[in-house]
Amino acid sequence: MSDATENEGERRVRVVLVDDHRMFRTGVQAEIGRTETTGVEVVGEAADVDQAVSVITATRPEVVLLDVHLPGGGGVEVLRRCAPLMADAEEPVRFLALSVSDAAEDVIGVIRGGARGYVTKTITGTDLVNSVFRVQDGDAVFSPRLAGFVLDAFASTDAPPIDEDLDRLTQREREVLRLIARGYAYKEIAKQLFISVKTVESHVSAVLRKLQLSNRHELTRWATARRLV
Amino acid sequence: MSEAAPVPIADERPPRKLYRSGDGRWLGGVARGLAGHLGLPVVWVRLIFLGLFMANGLGALLYAAFWFFVPLGVGGVGAGSYGSGESGTTASPAPVFGRRGRGGRRVDKGQIVALLAMVIVAMIFVGSVNLGGPARAYLLPGLLVGAGVALVWRQADNARRARWVEVGRRRHVLNLARSGAGVLLVGTGVTGIFVLQGSAQHLGSVLQAALAVVVGIALLAGPYLIRMTQDLSQERLMRIRAQERAEVAAHVHDSVLHTLTLIQRNADNGGEVRRLARAQERDLRNWLYKPEGTGKDEDDEPTELAESVRRAAAEVEDKHGVPIEVVVVGDCPLDDKLVAQMQAAREAMVNAAKYGGEGGAVQVFAEVDEAKVFVSVRDRGPGFDLDEVPDDRMGVRESIIGRMQRNGGTARLRPAPGGGTEVELEMERAAT
Repeated sequence: MSDATENEGERRVRVVLVDDHRMFRTGVQAEIGRTETTGVEVVGEAADVDQAVSVITATRPEVVLLDVHLPGGGGVEVLRRCAPLMADAEEPVRFLALSVSDAAEDVIGVIRGGARGYVTKTITGTDLVNSVFRVQDGDAVFSPRLAGFVLDAFASTDAPPIDEDLDRLTQREREVLRLIARGYAYKEIAKQLFISVKTVESHVSAVLRKLQLSNRHELTRWATARRLV
Repeated sequence: MSEAAPVPIADERPPRKLYRSGDGRWLGGVARGLAGHLGLPVVWVRLIFLGLFMANGLGALLYAAFWFFVPLGVGGVGAGSYGSGESGTTASPAPVFGRRGRGGRRVDKGQIVALLAMVIVAMIFVGSVNLGGPARAYLLPGLLVGAGVALVWRQADNARRARWVEVGRRRHVLNLARSGAGVLLVGTGVTGIFVLQGSAQHLGSVLQAALAVVVGIALLAGPYLIRMTQDLSQERLMRIRAQERAEVAAHVHDSVLHTLTLIQRNADNGGEVRRLARAQERDLRNWLYKPEGTGKDEDDEPTELAESVRRAAAEVEDKHGVPIEVVVVGDCPLDDKLVAQMQAAREAMVNAAKYGGEGGAVQVFAEVDEAKVFVSVRDRGPGFDLDEVPDDRMGVRESIIGRMQRNGGTARLRPAPGGGTEVELEMERAAT
């Protein structure tokens, strides 16, 4: 855990906090904002959707810590309006959802909106810093609960999918998810499966990609089933 | 009305209010409702009504008045007070829902009997009544109108009833047909009266005038009526919302405020505060995100696996003050083997909380497969070696490993890769 931050000792990450509770923002700021030790620099804060979009556009942070429930449409709306920033090839803005809710629809909703990970507010400071760096690297951060939801979601759509290779999780990805759900850290998963941490991360990223894709494909399926296309 | 009549039904339905009976009724359910209310056999009440009907139609008037003013309820008299000579028309005591098929047929049969009785009585009535010539001519149209009105009114009752007991699609057509028949009867009756009055030649213009009046009234009163129904439904919505809010407020008051008070009192005791906060969080989450009604009554044993795992984790968490994170994938009903597995899992959680709780949250993962159920319980404590545990310590050997083996499953204990211990429990699912 700590060696991740040691390795990144030189690295800096610019973060924007989006949460409608000022107290919570202050708390997170205090927890991760000591730039010298954590390498995290909080460059902006926002309390609702409009504010968030303007602050993010203005400051162009590397990572946004995004609350799911926000006045003005929620985290999903922020993701929707920031989609061009996320797609930026040079300096993409990446989103990490940070929410008190762990209801399935909230979690899956923001992940499909394009968030690179989802952690709950009970997370410790070090873990949060770790997750922020991981998201900055373009990896996905899965909490055990999120992994559980994903497994559930893919298990329940057992109806014959149109494009199997895209929609389904491979055996290996399932295995990785299962270990995440069991509370293993990425490093531990690597050790358990005799693969490198990088491989674990790429598996997880693949899951995330499929999750976002499955949204579109489900939509297509839904439309074809009703002869809309 | 002797309110103090000793009725067995009285103690079933404490608010002794008169309702018409929706079950096993023949016409409006008035007789059954009255019989239930007064504690008399239905047959008596029906006979009384018949008798009163003979007395210049007083019974019919009375019946109509009851039908009009008394709201439709459920229940009425039970089977016990039913006459034996009625071909066993009711088989069940009062409020039985969900027996549509039989209930429907039963009611129809009763209706035929009622109709026959009505026709016979009407004939006797017509025969016995000695009215003047012209007045007598109006009798038949009058009866027709009466029958039509009765049919439509019953229809309205059924529409109300359909909201309690969902009526199938087939009945829907039948209902329409009945409404139509009622309207037709009334129409014929009214036309008959017109014809008798000798104003048949003006019938066309009369109808036109009537239509104009109706349209005029609809135009004038329509907006008001629409506004009124809209207001009514809005008001109902507001009331439901208010009720919900009141319930939330009550819950927050009951649990959240009390917990906060406890936390203030125990501010120095970190462990206790954490325990209270976690218990409260779980409770509130349960209450907010679960479908209606499942969050509150926790008395009964869970019958589904996911619920059972969560319940066990919550109890262990409360008891030992160690946070337990639960992830459940899939769900299935519990059987004996799975119950044993749940008990083993619970024991594993207790161990993890007791000995590995310092290292952080205990992680519980359960997955339901087509073929098996897998549960893993992992802690980040110091870890332990099963071989070093003395033979007389039965916790792990008996409660976890032994229990799983006796029920045909497997249990594995091993040091987890990142430190701590992991218990893996696997149980085949019964073939379904």
